[in-house]
Amino acid sequence: MRLKLVPSETSFDFFKASKVTFGLSILAMIFSAVVFFSAGLNFGIDFKGGTTIRTESTQVLDVGIYRDALQPLELGDVTITQVFDPTFAEDQNVAMVRFEAQVGDESIAAETVIAVQSALRSVDPVVSFPSVESVGPKVSGELVKTAILAVIAAISAVLFYIWLRFEWQFALGAVAALVHDIVLTIGIFALFQIPFDLAIIAALLTIVGYSLNDTVVVFDRVRENLRKFKKMDLRGVLNLSINDTLSRTVMTSVTTLLALIALLVLGGDVIRGFIFAMTWGVIVGTYSSVFVATNILLYLGVKRDWSKPDANAGNQFANVDA
Amino acid sequence: MLQIQTWKRVVIWGLVVLGLVFALPNGFYSRVEGHNDAVVAIENGGETPELAAARDAWPAWMPSGLMNLGLDLRGGAHLLAEVRVEDVYADRINGYWPELRNVLRDERAVVGTIRRQPSAPDVLRVKISQPDGMARALELVRGLASPVQTLAGVGSTDIEVSGAGDILTLTLSEAERLATDVRTLQQSLEIIRRRVDEVGTREPTIQRQGERRILIQVPGIGSAEELKALIGTTAKLTFHPVVGRTSDSTVAAGARNILVPSLDEPGVFYILERTPVVNGEDLVDAQPAFDQNGAPAVNFRFNPTGARKFGDYTAENIGSPFAIVLDNEVISAPTIRDHISGGSGIISGSYSVEESTKLAILLRAGALPAEMTFLEERTIGPELGQDSIDAGKIAAIVAGISVLVFMGLSYGLFGLIANVALIINVAMIFGLLSMIGATLTLPGIAGIVLTVGMAVDANVLIFERIREELKTARGPARAIELGYEKALSAIIDANITTFITAVILFIMGSGPVRGFAVTLGLGIMTSVFTAIFVTRLIIVMWFERRRPKTIEV
Repeated sequence: MRLKLVPSETSFDFFKASKVTFGLSILAMIFSAVVFFSAGLNFGIDFKGGTTIRTESTQVLDVGIYRDALQPLELGDVTITQVFDPTFAEDQNVAMVRFEAQVGDESIAAETVIAVQSALRSVDPVVSFPSVESVGPKVSGELVKTAILAVIAAISAVLFYIWLRFEWQFALGAVAALVHDIVLTIGIFALFQIPFDLAIIAALLTIVGYSLNDTVVVFDRVRENLRKFKKMDLRGVLNLSINDTLSRTVMTSVTTLLALIALLVLGGDVIRGFIFAMTWGVIVGTYSSVFVATNILLYLGVKRDWSKPDANAGNQFANVDA
Repeated sequence: MLQIQTWKRVVIWGLVVLGLVFALPNGFYSRVEGHNDAVVAIENGGETPELAAARDAWPAWMPSGLMNLGLDLRGGAHLLAEVRVEDVYADRINGYWPELRNVLRDERAVVGTIRRQPSAPDVLRVKISQPDGMARALELVRGLASPVQTLAGVGSTDIEVSGAGDILTLTLSEAERLATDVRTLQQSLEIIRRRVDEVGTREPTIQRQGERRILIQVPGIGSAEELKALIGTTAKLTFHPVVGRTSDSTVAAGARNILVPSLDEPGVFYILERTPVVNGEDLVDAQPAFDQNGAPAVNFRFNPTGARKFGDYTAENIGSPFAIVLDNEVISAPTIRDHISGGSGIISGSYSVEESTKLAILLRAGALPAEMTFLEERTIGPELGQDSIDAGKIAAIVAGISVLVFMGLSYGLFGLIANVALIINVAMIFGLLSMIGATLTLPGIAGIVLTVGMAVDANVLIFERIREELKTARGPARAIELGYEKALSAIIDANITTFITAVILFIMGSGPVRGFAVTLGLGIMTSVFTAIFVTRLIIVMWFERRRPKTIEV
């Protein structure tokens, strides 16, 4: 008996409720933009400059006491958050202390770090500092620029590749799906104020890769079916293609999510934000390749006169063989 | 139908075995690490029974490459430093002043008296008392220029000289500045490397980043502060004639003099001649030692040039004091009692044994050509790294097992074949990472886990396709063949797009992001290989033995 998440024959009409699904996506994107512009992202020190100190203690942790201890140092914006994780031992109390780069500092003031550490030690003698990270304001500005460039470069490279391999309508559809995924991911980071650091950019780019992977598989089938069923209308072809690949789409998403959820729960708090971004990205990425990319394709229409005679003959990989 | 030539089978299995063999050392991490360390130790310092035992714990004919563990996994310190190249411009300009003074002094009749004017540190402004002689002065000073030897600066000279009224201005040319930047960076890199190596830690990363930055990562060091103390000190050692001693920090030092604070007497300042007698570049050795009172000190020795200069100076100035200056602080100002001819000496101050050892290391490695500003510093404790490894391991095992079970349940026998391929795939990633000596970081582990999830994608595509083809095709062999054939374009397109993002991540990212990009990129390559070639080969081999009339995917 096989486990089947999707029956072997499906014929869902994915465009029946296209107004609802597409509308939902647009609403979610608008909501993300609103949250982003009103609440903003909780930028980590990579982007904002400043210092984070991870504290670990066997004593019960009270964020308030820590805050009071740091009050006299006048560090400006200080955030102290307690970290909880299923992998921690019973008496392992961890917190992240973050403060901004001090005014006038071009580089990192070691004295400030030492002052903070001794202030914390005075209220909690058994506290230790497993990690201390500081980024100067000069670098952080550049990191923002590189990050934005990286995302733009990735999207344009991919846009170009799909345009080369398919048609421009496909490329636009795929990129619309990508933008959808990135906007929603940034939205959820703004909504829950999850620290946004350099690793999240890596996660965003991975989402770009994953979402494309999904979209390209659907598009590949669309291309094939367009040649096979020359008489069928575009909506029919798209529906058929999504149904054909649905089982695969679900299977791959589930296996990837299985792996990601294992990391999310057991992988420790250091990479939790990173893994969370990827998990969320896989979910919205799967959704967008089924509902967003194809909708754009249906709206734009495609050239039906594929001059190439057969699905494989014009394909540069036709002769790749084991 | 469903045939694979023998040579292809050999190549495929050969690659798989190769991957596995290269991955193997990582399974015995500490033993192999001990072996590698022992081999190096034996090469450097001869064999001892313990070292030989450590070496023989891992057979020499086996590959012994290991994945390096990144700072976030091993613990250590990370620094991003910016080299203040302007310091060197100022030094260069100061170096031109005596030369310029000498050539103009010879032509005093034409240019009159000369006087250095206050200016920005990278500009030399000189006033001559007879403006009519400017043309001759310019000609003479231009004669000091020498050609710049760089690829970009062909045909240009190192200085630019101009005159306006009675003021002559000398600046470094653009080509010379670029050449100086390059040289300064290289020197700094080299000196940092020497200093870090002297401490003897494992696999430090010391890289140039961009135009004037240096990235330093040292695993196993206690904190970024410690690392900064080691590499951030300029350790510029000079010996100056002493003009006077004062407790007034505002006193005017005089034309060719400088005012330098004392290291161990607070409030005391020395007035010294600006031009040193000898400087640290002439040092050939420095060793921690003890002075005649038994206090920790540093012994040093000059090269012949330095020894001669120092000897001449001491012979001529018996009875007068001279100052030993380290990084703009007078360490001590002893009186010269005798002609010091051997070219060696001792620096004693109120040092601890550790401090004198460190000072010796710094002096031996040489002075940094310029100061550094630290833009980024990170310390990761070794316990945190160990926690991350442990958590990553458990998560990876759970992730792996759940994917394996899920695939088995979904595709039966074919799922099991995909699982074999998946295990080979992960082993090959480890093998490749060890082979290229890549560094495994925490995001890297995430990259591998993500690959586990996505690696099955290619197989899922193929299996789903075989299922479809089974409905129409004649016989299972044909269905399998068509399944592979038709799924191929989707697999290739999908993986190339992901690969593009991995490449962009690698190019634009730094640190852990790069580690992630490397594992992701390698994972894509190995997963395509295992999905297309390995599973196909296994299926064909199974098919040849059983010749089933029907198959169920």
